[in-house]
Amino acid sequence: MSIDMAQFHQVFFEESFEGLDIMESGLLNLDMGDVDSEVINTIFRAAHSIKGGSGTFGFTAVSDFTHVMETLLDEMRDGRRQITQAAVDVLLGSVDCLREMLSAIQDENDIDEVSVAEHKKALEIELNGASGKDNSPATPVESPETVVIKEMESATESGWKISFCPHADLLKTGNDPVRMFRELSELGDLEVIVDLHGVPALFELDPEECHLSWTLILKGNVKREEIDDIFDWVEGECDLSIQELNLGEALVNMQQTEPSSLVEQTTPSDSLITENQENPELKKNIPTSSKPVQAKEKKSKGAASTSIRVDTGKIDTLINMVGELVITQSMLSLVGEHFSPDKIDHLKNGLVQLERHTRELQESVMNIRMLPISFVFSRFPRLVHDLSTKLDKKIELKLVGEHTEVDKTVVELISDPLVHLVRNSLDHGIEMPADRIAAGKPEVGLITLEAYHRGGNIVIEVKDDGKGLNKDFLRNKAIEKGLLDPDAVLTDKQCYELIFMAGFSTAEKVTDVSGRGVGMDVVRRNIQSLGGNIEITSHLGVGSTISINLPLTLAILDGQSIAVGDETFIVPLGSIIESIKINDNMVNRVAGKGETFRLRDEYLPIVRMHHVFNVKSAKATKLTEGLLVVVDGQGVRCGLFVDDLLGQQQVVIKSLEANYRRVEGVSSATILGDGSVALILDIPGLVRLSNQ
Amino acid sequence: MANDAMGNQSNMSGQYLTFDLAGEMYGVEILKVQEIRGWEKVRNIPNAPDYIKGALNLRGEVVPIIDLRVRFAMENREFTPVTVVIILCVESEQGTNVIGVVADAVSDVLDIKLADIKEKPNLGSKIDTRFMRGIYVYKHNMIMLLNVDKLLNPDEFEGLPSLL
Repeated sequence: MSIDMAQFHQVFFEESFEGLDIMESGLLNLDMGDVDSEVINTIFRAAHSIKGGSGTFGFTAVSDFTHVMETLLDEMRDGRRQITQAAVDVLLGSVDCLREMLSAIQDENDIDEVSVAEHKKALEIELNGASGKDNSPATPVESPETVVIKEMESATESGWKISFCPHADLLKTGNDPVRMFRELSELGDLEVIVDLHGVPALFELDPEECHLSWTLILKGNVKREEIDDIFDWVEGECDLSIQELNLGEALVNMQQTEPSSLVEQTTPSDSLITENQENPELKKNIPTSSKPVQAKEKKSKGAASTSIRVDTGKIDTLINMVGELVITQSMLSLVGEHFSPDKIDHLKNGLVQLERHTRELQESVMNIRMLPISFVFSRFPRLVHDLSTKLDKKIELKLVGEHTEVDKTVVELISDPLVHLVRNSLDHGIEMPADRIAAGKPEVGLITLEAYHRGGNIVIEVKDDGKGLNKDFLRNKAIEKGLLDPDAVLTDKQCYELIFMAGFSTAEKVTDVSGRGVGMDVVRRNIQSLGGNIEITSHLGVGSTISINLPLTLAILDGQSIAVGDETFIVPLGSIIESIKINDNMVNRVAGKGETFRLRDEYLPIVRMHHVFNVKSAKATKLTEGLLVVVDGQGVRCGLFVDDLLGQQQVVIKSLEANYRRVEGVSSATILGDGSVALILDIPGLVRLSNQ
Repeated sequence: MANDAMGNQSNMSGQYLTFDLAGEMYGVEILKVQEIRGWEKVRNIPNAPDYIKGALNLRGEVVPIIDLRVRFAMENREFTPVTVVIILCVESEQGTNVIGVVADAVSDVLDIKLADIKEKPNLGSKIDTRFMRGIYVYKHNMIMLLNVDKLLNPDEFEGLPSLL
């Protein structure tokens, strides 16, 4: 192949995964009741493009598998087949299987043959058990040699065996067998076996004559006409026979002819042989030795590049804005070129415009990274469908505000915690149908996933109308597990927050859905690492709501700059509670060292910034001279002792780790208006540092 | 390392940027050099080793700056107008890092044949030569060629006050 197809693989995978998502949501809509032919059409189209794409890129295993699905879908589309729940379930299973196959190919891992075969079989049974003969997963003896064969076999449905014996003067007519083989190899998997019997001794050899003949085995869904097209030109100049492939026979054939193919590689007597060596595509397919498949290199997923689909509208706005910016810039340079004091108004206007354009540009660039939350939400109908079947519960899922846009990073990182929360609501929140009726509630439980903007934040809520959290029960459980002091006095909120503790679980028995007592603490940690927080409200017997509060973007932060000597630091504005000036009688020393201060009946540690960061130029050394900034970072509260507060500003977060390494007490860096670097503080890290 | 350099025979000669540090000449591969800047004030990084002068804003990227005089345990000197910061691209396991080093002055760009690079001297255990690629003699001056990938590996930025 002349074009390097690998460059398109990424796009193919992305499109295929999107197609799978479309199929999945379509299939889930199908089982809701009324049959919409448009829905089936959508599913069919998605399947078809995956099949087409995988065929093009030579992922025959995928295209063959999709072909079977497509056949089933086609019959549904034409109304020849009833849409049954069983069929939908089989198709859903196949979608999962396809997804696994594709990600295996993407990561260059081996496809799980067994599961593929199973799903394929299920599909075929659904297709009225039609033909088990040519594609039932034959189970050859498990010896290392058969691994290759097995792989080839299960990756194939049909094929052709072509015996091609050119007459001696074939080459003189300008036909080149190698080119023909190359064309064949584009149609499917091609095995080339050369027969050297006709080659005369060296002194009798006429280099312009062709003495070789070949047996070609072409696998894949190839039409007879396509092969005929290729051999059209050599008709009458060769002995050609094309047979439909019987796999077993072909393999025997291949093994028989194997020695000669080995000979071929060691006989440097013909241009075709060198061509074979040059063309790895062909050479690879000659089974010179039975290399175990396991020897294939496994690549980690980390290397995969990520990309993002952006609405063209957004890009158009961006281009418009850049245009405006260029105009402003040329206007300003015009003013600058012939500057005189009377043009000062001109200059000022230009600067105002520049500022506006820059801000707009910044906003729209940020906007590119924003994706609708439906990217996350779309996976939940399936999850709820599967889980409710498994748990024998009747549940309706309502999605609200799917078009709320969030930063791509947030989208990526929030989905696992959300899955956890929804599973919890399903498992612990919603009662069994019988219990619900007894409690006077509708039989079908309702889980609502809602996303909306509030201030500079996005709020995601997982709401259920289940039994709610039982405070006393939680409390007793925590005491029982030794996580809580029996005498502790807790507010309602603190009670609910017990479920976020590591090792806490209320499930009576461990199921594969939940109950291991890991999870909620991870959920909370993940959300906090995104700079957000999580809250629970609950009413016993009525239901619970878990709301997650996240910053809109992770790239920009509202910060308060503080001064310590010559140094400027940024404190995330969200973590500042207040700033106070203190007097000596508010301060207590524990064991003469650890300083604490009293703030409304709470004793908080004082972190002296100039000590912790070893700033020698600090002006305020006595606590009464400087200011105390009371901060709360991920539940850790303390007072930061600083020289002065400077100002509030939005700062763009820059990584310090990219070129350096992690610094304790510092989360990242930023660049101030004057071009200098400032460090953004990490409150929990600072407290840890000051305790050392 | 000298061995790596010897092994790579296809790259027969290379250009090196040489700079002056307390009267001694050092050289780094020019392909590693991203740019040369005048010294400007940098932001301190708290609790960093003393040879890390701080962080600099390089067109939106935060770049750590290393004082080679301190790194090599030479006597300190006030920064002058000819004091330069050489911005280098360093390859490490984590990827490419951009790191700046402070030198007294840059002097020359030399074409150095691989064969002319002499094995680094064995200076016993007192002086660490891990960060040297080799030695090149130019007009009777000895130029120490540094292996920046090893010298400026961020993993090394801990608890090693002076080396070489």
